[in-house]
Amino acid sequence: MAFLEGNALFRNLYCLLAGNPGNAASCSGRDGLLPFDWEWLAFAIVAGLIALALINLFLLFAMFYTYMERRLLGRFQGRIGPNRTGPVGLLQPVADAIKLLTKESIIPNGVDKLLYNVPPVIMIAVVFLTLAVLPFGRNTFIANVNVGVLYIIAITSVNVLAVFMAGMASGNRYATISAIRGVAQLISYEVPMVLSIVGVLILVGSLSLVDIVEGQRIPFILLQPLGFFIFVVGASAEMNRPPFDQLEAESEIVSGYHTEYGGMKFAFFYLAEYSAVLTTSGVIATLFLGGWKGPLEPWIPSHLWFLVKVFALAFVFIWVRATLPRVRIDQTMAFAWKFLLPLSLINIFVTAAEVLLLGQATEGQGLVVSTGGLWLMVAINIVVAFGGVLAFSRMVSLRTTALPVRAGVPQASPQVSEVAS
Amino acid sequence: MNGMGIINGLIVTMKNFFRKPFTVSYPEQRLAQHPRFRGQEFTWYEERCTACASCAKFCPLGIIRIVTHPSEKTPTEGDSYAIDAFDIDIGRCMYCGLCVEACPYDALFMGSGFEEAKYRRGDLVIDVDRLRRAEKRPSTWYRPQLEAQRYDPRKGEPMTWKGAGREAVAFHPIQRPAREDAQAKPEAKP
Repeated sequence: MAFLEGNALFRNLYCLLAGNPGNAASCSGRDGLLPFDWEWLAFAIVAGLIALALINLFLLFAMFYTYMERRLLGRFQGRIGPNRTGPVGLLQPVADAIKLLTKESIIPNGVDKLLYNVPPVIMIAVVFLTLAVLPFGRNTFIANVNVGVLYIIAITSVNVLAVFMAGMASGNRYATISAIRGVAQLISYEVPMVLSIVGVLILVGSLSLVDIVEGQRIPFILLQPLGFFIFVVGASAEMNRPPFDQLEAESEIVSGYHTEYGGMKFAFFYLAEYSAVLTTSGVIATLFLGGWKGPLEPWIPSHLWFLVKVFALAFVFIWVRATLPRVRIDQTMAFAWKFLLPLSLINIFVTAAEVLLLGQATEGQGLVVSTGGLWLMVAINIVVAFGGVLAFSRMVSLRTTALPVRAGVPQASPQVSEVAS
Repeated sequence: MNGMGIINGLIVTMKNFFRKPFTVSYPEQRLAQHPRFRGQEFTWYEERCTACASCAKFCPLGIIRIVTHPSEKTPTEGDSYAIDAFDIDIGRCMYCGLCVEACPYDALFMGSGFEEAKYRRGDLVIDVDRLRRAEKRPSTWYRPQLEAQRYDPRKGEPMTWKGAGREAVAFHPIQRPAREDAQAKPEAKP
């Protein structure tokens, strides 16, 4: 019964339904509403209620985020942004939702019916599933999975499948191009993104997100500046956010893999795309910004700290979106393989070496670095981060030489492969 | 240094973020039109118009329709036709202003408005009754005499038919700042 152990709401609801049969959840000794031995039903009802509340709350935040993004983008571009519906335009996402809900669901001829209908559901399910392991506050989480980080990596990888299914099932050339690009980009960026977490895991010695938050004596953005940078860049590529929105480059491939989708199916893609920003911000905040930890905690609750960090990161994503133009697909790939991958390997190497040199062996916890040692690591890692970024940014802009032309192979045009000038 | 461009770009967008928006919330806030704006509603002075139909002849689209009959007025009373119809179909108008340039008696002026959206094409035709009823706030486009009188269509009094013509400035020196040598000349004659 590790499920929401410290959560008073869960415990009280559970006790109300199940009473105190045996040893469960430390209820006061009285009869529950349900008959004896129906604990499983009480568990299911309460878990369902909490999941419902959480998902709805999360969707509410996601709706607010879409409003926030449009509004802030407007301000970044010298516009006002949506301000017509409701007070200062706050009901704009509601109006959008009503509009999309009432649209006719059109399935074009020539699509693969099953593959066409499944991807929106997968996209949105992936986002919701990520919520399961995120610690939202002190002692507040759905599940303390001991392989939480692995779970998140595995779950978010399913995104690639959804994009590929949607693009290929649509039978549209733009969608197909987008799907091909999407697979290339998403798989490429997953590698440095996952490797950048390894530094965090070395420092904490646990894959559980709850342990990672509690293990952060210093926020890991200071200890792992390089890892933070790589993770944020990789995550923005994973979410198809500018400057890596190759999947739905409007000026090139209309709307990419969801060109043929309309109505509520499109709304699912849209919602998944925007709420992914929130969950990714939540993961970044948990891994690198200290999660729910914050000063002045008795007065400012830990949940609020978590929300503040999530929305601060979301603001950064919007800021980057408003600033950077889209990079070409070859630049995108070169950036992942030539810049982020070596840097993430350097990050792992440096962190591991530091922990080996500075850590003292303790019983049961492996190598633990003292606070003084951590600050020394902060200094070293910041220097390594700047040096590494400078050194490898030259590598991205290196021109690759043309391959030697084999005799007898007809050449349509001179083969000049030019990468990121 | 590589990567500095990204940081500079982020600084630029952040500066824009704290700047006042350039756009305005249109129905509540409006940007003032220039006094010389060639607007949609035309201003027409019946007192000045002789129904010569120069405007209709010069209109490249032929959208001004004028129907007249001989009036009973003698030349001393002011020689003019009586007007039966004066229709301007602004649905097809391109606001070139050639009709205003062509008017020999300064009777037709451009307006300052731009909100003449209608549900039917027929409603876009300005007829003579509407021209008579409309408030006389002519645009100063191609009418320097209006600017010489410091007239502004956006504020102040509407322009009367007497002040609208070029003779208001040309023949009545009161409107102009008096010159010193112009006053000295009549004294020298006798």
